[in-house]
Amino acid sequence: MEKVNLTCIECPMGCRIEVEVENGKAVSITGNSCPRGKMYAENEVVCPMRVVTSTVRSKSGKMVPVKTDKPVKKALIFEVMKTINSLSCNTPIRIGDIICENISDGANLVASGNVD
Amino acid sequence: MMNYDIVVIGGGPAGLAAAISAYDSGAKNILILEREDKLGGILNQCIHNGFGLTRFKESLSGPEYAYRFIEEVKNRDIDVFLNTTVISLSKDKKVTAINSENGVFTVKAKAIILAMGCRERSRGALNIAGSRPAGIYSAGTAQKYVNIKGYMPGKSVVILGSGDIGLIMARRMTLEGAKVHAVCEIMPYSSGLKRNIVQCLDDFGIPLYLNHTITKIEGKERVTAVEISEVDEKRKPIKGTEMRFECDTVLFSVGLIPENELTKNAGISLSNRTRGAIVSQNRETDVPGIFACGNVLHVHDLVDFVSEESELAGKSAADYVINGEKEHNSVNCINGKNISYVLPQKIDTDLEENVKVFFRVSGTFKNCTFKLSCGDKVIIERKKKIAVPGEMETLLITSDKLKEIDGDLTLSLEGA
Repeated sequence: MEKVNLTCIECPMGCRIEVEVENGKAVSITGNSCPRGKMYAENEVVCPMRVVTSTVRSKSGKMVPVKTDKPVKKALIFEVMKTINSLSCNTPIRIGDIICENISDGANLVASGNVD
Repeated sequence: MMNYDIVVIGGGPAGLAAAISAYDSGAKNILILEREDKLGGILNQCIHNGFGLTRFKESLSGPEYAYRFIEEVKNRDIDVFLNTTVISLSKDKKVTAINSENGVFTVKAKAIILAMGCRERSRGALNIAGSRPAGIYSAGTAQKYVNIKGYMPGKSVVILGSGDIGLIMARRMTLEGAKVHAVCEIMPYSSGLKRNIVQCLDDFGIPLYLNHTITKIEGKERVTAVEISEVDEKRKPIKGTEMRFECDTVLFSVGLIPENELTKNAGISLSNRTRGAIVSQNRETDVPGIFACGNVLHVHDLVDFVSEESELAGKSAADYVINGEKEHNSVNCINGKNISYVLPQKIDTDLEENVKVFFRVSGTFKNCTFKLSCGDKVIIERKKKIAVPGEMETLLITSDKLKEIDGDLTLSLEGA
């Protein structure tokens, strides 16, 4: 059994979580103060996931803030960034508009800010 | 001269929440003055997520968080002047501003809400040796270049200061292909949120050097390298500990300062602790009818708390406009041992409502106790496992407890 110490990134509290890992799975999780923390710890010891936030240059030249609408594999962040930097979009654009479908593992890239 | 019931200076998160709350509390003739070309303030360049977890129970980007408030402003009959810079403010609540449409103009208000936010501390404030090459930016300026203007300030970066903006920019620059060699922090702890250390530095293998500072910046035209050194307990560099990093860019994330030039010139008393106005629990300054909220008052960790505070200021301003000036029956609330500041600095004891006190500790403390006392009498005591300067703490004084107060209050951290 292996003990892993994590800092939860789900919210600004930053709980320190101790996870006992057996056969690549969390068998005991302590230190979290909410269910989100438990889920974070479970995933973190198996396959860390992150929401990627960045910008896409629109055809008008204005930068459009974007994010993945779900967390993507941490190991694939730079691959996702490469795709993001190859994209462009039209303006105006509204929060939630899809800029790239299925950018990674079923996550879409969506606008996270309005640009006129 | 224009006349308004309430003029809100600043259209960032504080100004937006204050205006909405003032409107909903019954004030109807409200104007927001904003110097940028859109509402939202600094949130517009904060494209990362994590905003709104407290308030909306979801993780939003800065623009998404701002949008929710901008929509609420649009849904109400609130006037907004964009591209408008306020140049002066007087005690009798006249605001002089300038824009390209109206030129210089004056607005007379019954109440004013200060919501100008804060600005970054600069290199000049730190006295770092070396010439003045290109490639040195505050982290927030770099953030604007990357996220709004769409170009990279450099490719090879060292960051001084582990404030949240610096940490966020370490990740942002890395994602866009830059190499971030190090983040150095003169203090033995980071002033940023723990989650940002994990997701912005650890995730990308960026080293954080605590107890380190930049001792030299090399380069004539452009930064070519920096030297960092370890510091002793007195924060003086230790000889022989120098490390040199070749780089073309240095970012400073060394703290935020409330932007209070207008406040000062209006003759409003400032606290040398928060560097914002001294306020009562209703966020009224010592000039009746002038209120302050958000980062112009004290620098917050989270925008969610800015919104909460600003709603309080908005409600108080509306109350002032509708019901007139209220007499304050207040005691001072002073920072004691191991506490760097307390807000509000004045508390009315004749209230029928609870008062939330916000404060920061002056170091890292474990298994300590917060103690709010009035002379020898302890009003509130609360144990705390870990307290760090980077995280704002709160204590709630219930209306019952308020009645026990008969003199100035001191908040201290004991048992450290």
